[in-house]
Amino acid sequence: MEHYLSLFIKAIFIENLALAFFLGMCTFLAVSKNVKTAFGLGLAVVVIQSITIPANNLIYHHLLKPGALTWLGVEDSDLRFLGLISYIGVIAAMVQILEMTLDRFFPPLYNALGIFLPLITVNCAILGGSLFMVERDYNFAESVVYGVGSGVGWAMAIVALAGIREKMKYSDVPDGLKGLGITFITVGLMALAFMAFGGIDL
Amino acid sequence: MKALRKLLDRLEPTFVKGGKLERFYSLYEAIDTFLYTPADVTQGPTHVRDGIDLKRVMVLVVVALLPCVYVAIINTGFQANQAIAEMGVDSVAGWRGDTMKSLGLNHDPDSFLANLVYGALFFLPLYIFSMAVGGICEVLFCIIRGHEVTEGFLVTGLLFPLTLPPTIPLWQVAIGVAFGVILGKEVFGGTGRNFMNPALTGRAFLYFAHADTMTGNSIWTAVDGFSGATPLGALAAADVEVGMQAIDVTWSQAFLGTMPGSLGETSVLACLLGCVFLLATGIASWRIMLSMLLGALGLSSLLYAVGSDSNPMFLMPPHWHLVTGGFAFGLVFMATDPVSATVTRTGMWIYGALIGVMTILIRVVNPAFPEGVMLAILFGNVFAPVIDAFVVQAHVKRRLSRHAT
Repeated sequence: MEHYLSLFIKAIFIENLALAFFLGMCTFLAVSKNVKTAFGLGLAVVVIQSITIPANNLIYHHLLKPGALTWLGVEDSDLRFLGLISYIGVIAAMVQILEMTLDRFFPPLYNALGIFLPLITVNCAILGGSLFMVERDYNFAESVVYGVGSGVGWAMAIVALAGIREKMKYSDVPDGLKGLGITFITVGLMALAFMAFGGIDL
Repeated sequence: MKALRKLLDRLEPTFVKGGKLERFYSLYEAIDTFLYTPADVTQGPTHVRDGIDLKRVMVLVVVALLPCVYVAIINTGFQANQAIAEMGVDSVAGWRGDTMKSLGLNHDPDSFLANLVYGALFFLPLYIFSMAVGGICEVLFCIIRGHEVTEGFLVTGLLFPLTLPPTIPLWQVAIGVAFGVILGKEVFGGTGRNFMNPALTGRAFLYFAHADTMTGNSIWTAVDGFSGATPLGALAAADVEVGMQAIDVTWSQAFLGTMPGSLGETSVLACLLGCVFLLATGIASWRIMLSMLLGALGLSSLLYAVGSDSNPMFLMPPHWHLVTGGFAFGLVFMATDPVSATVTRTGMWIYGALIGVMTILIRVVNPAFPEGVMLAILFGNVFAPVIDAFVVQAHVKRRLSRHAT
């Protein structure tokens, strides 16, 4: 139990996808103008992460890994070269299914998330999560914990950035830095504060 | 004094709009309002009369910092002289030693004057550099962007050297304060528009960019080749069996501040004096201070009660956490910075508690950093706007449900 808890904390704070690895920057910078939409997008990322990482985990362990196809009678198979394309395919499919499910059964949530659901198909934080899962060789339970944790970490970061950007309406930024420029600086300063967790060994 | 006023009045037309030197109006304005109370009043429909303005707030903070400055000077001199006496050397090479010699002072840790002068020889260059470089950055931005030079940089320029170890090279002071003032404040439009405390931003930048001069055991006492750890550093490096024995100062010494550490942070007593002053003048928020104190006490008591057989930091009792490192200094002067803290009352409680808890977490759980106040406050700064946003949102929702028709 303690192992999973520390994995969860690690995924949220120490290995924060946005502020420690700078993954998913495009949506992170573009969709952080106000707290409400940032919160919606964050929620969508949490849901997608906690579905796709375990799903990709199953695919990796039962289809792609060297020797994974023994249950089919094929002894020495190694389909890892299909990794990238299968992960991104799974992510796209999952997003599509999730979108249809939400549309059918939870219309308010579907409307709240709007464009962000299809948008995060191409978010590198999502694919990055799956690739980290493969690289670190998580088992199924670990991948579920890591999926939720990394999603929550990313969501927390984007909500904090949106809060700062809302406050920055009162700032007087030099013309050349307005918009994305100052957002990059802001994210850099946030990452400086997040260095607080660097070095914690759980 | 009259002549000076006259001179300023005579120069004014050259600086106002249309004058020859209108670009430098902000510089003129800064000098004028720095020396004299400005006579002009708010233009426009809202006109609030209040005796307290930004200038007075900042100057009061500087006054509140004076006890810390005093202890910083005395303690730096005392620690250095004590180390010199222990090593059995009677003169020190370099310009500081020469100055001491030419003043006829020897490095005697019992002599008040020797401690004062030797400490000042360390503090003043840092302070002058920090003020000069920070001031130049601020004034350049003001001239080019055409806004007023505010007194905010008096505070930043004084806070910054107080958070540094006495042995730091001067060029690092310069780049640190430049980073803090430019990227921490001026790119956002100057005082009151930033989201992170500029002094701490500069210190954090130095901390990660030049770890060799910002961390370790040989930097806290201003004597070459002398190594003395801060209590937190000593405990973090100690064996679990040794535990609190590793700290060679007593609790009351730590409270008074006669121990190695960053310049201004050692004395809790001096910070308390500043704290009383800030609370009496109503500048700092007692909610943030109290909740940060409670957050730190709560978590450190919990960790102390849990204990550990591998991490010596678990063995530090809660009342020790309050007097070691920069906790008191950060609590009084950094966390309460009204610009980067939360502004809603409920938000202040959450913000303070978050910083207190994070400080203890970084100190105890993170083996990479023995001290956690700086990063905890920056972390709090990052989340302050979003805490406020949620508090306001909850408030709006509550009011709506109360008055729903």
